[in-house]
Amino acid sequence: MFEILRREELAGGSVVLNEISAPRIARKARPGQFVILKATETGERIPLTMAETDPKRGTITIIYQVVGKSTMLFKTLQVGDRYQDVIGPLGQPTHLEKVGNVICVGGGTGVAVLHPITRALKELGNNVTAIIGARTKDLLILEDKMKAASHRLLVSTDDGSYGHHGFVTDLLKELLQKEDIQLVVAIGPVPMMKYCCQITKEYGVKTIVSLNAIMVDGTGMCGCCRVSIDGQIRFACVDGPEFDGHKVDFEELQKRLMSYRQEEQMAIEHFQRCTCSA
Amino acid sequence: MAEQKEKKEQIPRQKMPEQQPEVRKRNFLEVPLGYTPELAMKEASRCLNCKKPSCMEGCPVSIDIPAFISLIREGEFTKAVRKIWERNALPAVCGRVCPQEIQCEGNCILGKKAEPVAIGNLERFVADWERAHGKGELPPKAKATGKRVAVVGSGPSGLTVAGDLILKGHEVTIFEAFHKPGGVLVYGIPEFRLPKEIVFAEVNFLERLGVKVECNVVVGRTITVDELFGEGFDAVFIGVGAGLPKFMGIPGENLIGVYSANEYLTRSNLMKAYLFPEYDTPIARGKNVVVLGAGNVAMDAARTAMRLGADRVRIVYRRSRDEMPARAAEIHHAEEEGIEFHLLTAPTRFLGDEHGRLVGMECIRMQLGEPDESGRRRPVPIEGSKFEMDCDLAVIAVGAGANPILTRSTEGLALNKWGYIIADPETGKTTKKGVWAGGDIVTGQATVILAMGAGRKASDSIHKYLTWGW
Repeated sequence: MFEILRREELAGGSVVLNEISAPRIARKARPGQFVILKATETGERIPLTMAETDPKRGTITIIYQVVGKSTMLFKTLQVGDRYQDVIGPLGQPTHLEKVGNVICVGGGTGVAVLHPITRALKELGNNVTAIIGARTKDLLILEDKMKAASHRLLVSTDDGSYGHHGFVTDLLKELLQKEDIQLVVAIGPVPMMKYCCQITKEYGVKTIVSLNAIMVDGTGMCGCCRVSIDGQIRFACVDGPEFDGHKVDFEELQKRLMSYRQEEQMAIEHFQRCTCSA
Repeated sequence: MAEQKEKKEQIPRQKMPEQQPEVRKRNFLEVPLGYTPELAMKEASRCLNCKKPSCMEGCPVSIDIPAFISLIREGEFTKAVRKIWERNALPAVCGRVCPQEIQCEGNCILGKKAEPVAIGNLERFVADWERAHGKGELPPKAKATGKRVAVVGSGPSGLTVAGDLILKGHEVTIFEAFHKPGGVLVYGIPEFRLPKEIVFAEVNFLERLGVKVECNVVVGRTITVDELFGEGFDAVFIGVGAGLPKFMGIPGENLIGVYSANEYLTRSNLMKAYLFPEYDTPIARGKNVVVLGAGNVAMDAARTAMRLGADRVRIVYRRSRDEMPARAAEIHHAEEEGIEFHLLTAPTRFLGDEHGRLVGMECIRMQLGEPDESGRRRPVPIEGSKFEMDCDLAVIAVGAGANPILTRSTEGLALNKWGYIIADPETGKTTKKGVWAGGDIVTGQATVILAMGAGRKASDSIHKYLTWGW
């Protein structure tokens, strides 16, 4: 189980795609849900929202950015290698319905999570505009897929190397000014989701975000992933990962994501020492 | 008889050698080191072999205690462990974590005048002896029945059900949500109290008997209870534990450095964060730690914090010493290791710095008022007694609730108002046909042995059902 059947490097190798054999999970998974992966005996449990599932092939696809020790370790896994553990599907699926005009905003690897949601919203008969962005053109992922999953695709890069020169939030604001929008789905780095919500709140447009809190078990057992929603404690793993963005305390989430910054640095150094001497 | 009793009382209870507090408080090795065969035989010789053994009445799984102790006295260790196995598949675990002082040993006649026979230590001794010296013989299994049982959760109740039913000839598959089997024995109880190698040996024993163990299956998400029947299982036992952390509902609970006991212990025990960075999962290593609550879980968290390098660890509890729910032995071990107890004190809020990190806790002093519904005197705040204590790590160990993942996804399973499964206390039968439940998901957070007792009753009932019907 959990063998890697397909592996692609995206965005110049800083982002990796794995299609993994996990028949039980593939049968059950719906857009918006996540899995927890652990590569080795000594590994950490890492939550990642699924980018794709194929019940017939019995596979799930994850797309992750290489940012810390665990994702560096994941990147060493090749086709034919196996994850030791994959658990899921976890979390609530996206609540999908026909509402009219929808904007799906994605930043970084958030685009991978956004893709199945965008596609499903389009299939339900919504008029879907997608906005995706990255720091620079080379880091942009899934442009073709997002184009196919939406009616209209807008692209921005921070450095202006492709599409709009600026942020996805500029494009979002422009559309909200001109058009009648019923729903926004924003998935990406915390600052991006936070600014999207600030803008949509001004226009009174409901906004769904997907929160990437730190987790351990992913089944509501430990409470590590707690977030404040309208001042109440909620667990991102079982109550989420998606929440009404206007109710999320993004500041707190951002701080909690820094809980283990020192340890993460130590782990990376330890990993690089080990792989160099090996 | 009177003469014999007098003589037995002259031999004092044999102490189990332990790691010294100053040494053990900085390592994760087991604290009690175990009896030697000589010590065990000497301790066994203290047993009066009562005609009506009241110790057995105190045992939730009715082990034939005088019989196994007699076998130890005669040096028949293998036979002794087999005697225990007749009623209990996990003696190495129970010998360590059962509250013997309120069960078997609490009932021992010798305890009336002097100290009771160290039944727990003896149980542990033979189980360890068998693991180290046994030939790995397996107990005989009944003829295959062709019936299939799904056990959800691999904690104490699930392992008991699996062990019982495999011996009765049924096919058994255990589904575990975590990546390792053992449930609370692995994620909750620390290595220094129950080495994980022992739990894995017990699970391995069941696997050798033919039990299948499937990890990484979250019943309620990966597969539902009804789908298990669809896959051909004839009966389902639910023993998923009390996997929902309780928080206190006070300001500042989401500061970095505030953990639920479940998270803190899972990181350390299951994920082996105490071995970071050899293991990848990190854990905060607080220098100035407070643990809220005074049960066994609180003691485990406090002693873990000490082993992770704390300078100071304080248990903060709103009632007094008499009401502390932890076993006396655990409190004693914690005190020996330098854990401080701040009683009649309740936190009112956590204090953080500009980065959202915990730097202190505001508390209020309490006094005891009239008894509440639990029969314990209710703690009442003393007005104007607020004060602050510095801390950089806080672990909330005030109990756990019912995790809804399985129960909410299962139709026809009646729950009580707290979300626990309603099950017949004598049989473990739920309101859903073919489904049994036991352990903490029925009773709320309790002990390993009570969960095993519930598992034993459920397995008897499941066996009857598979033989004769619901």
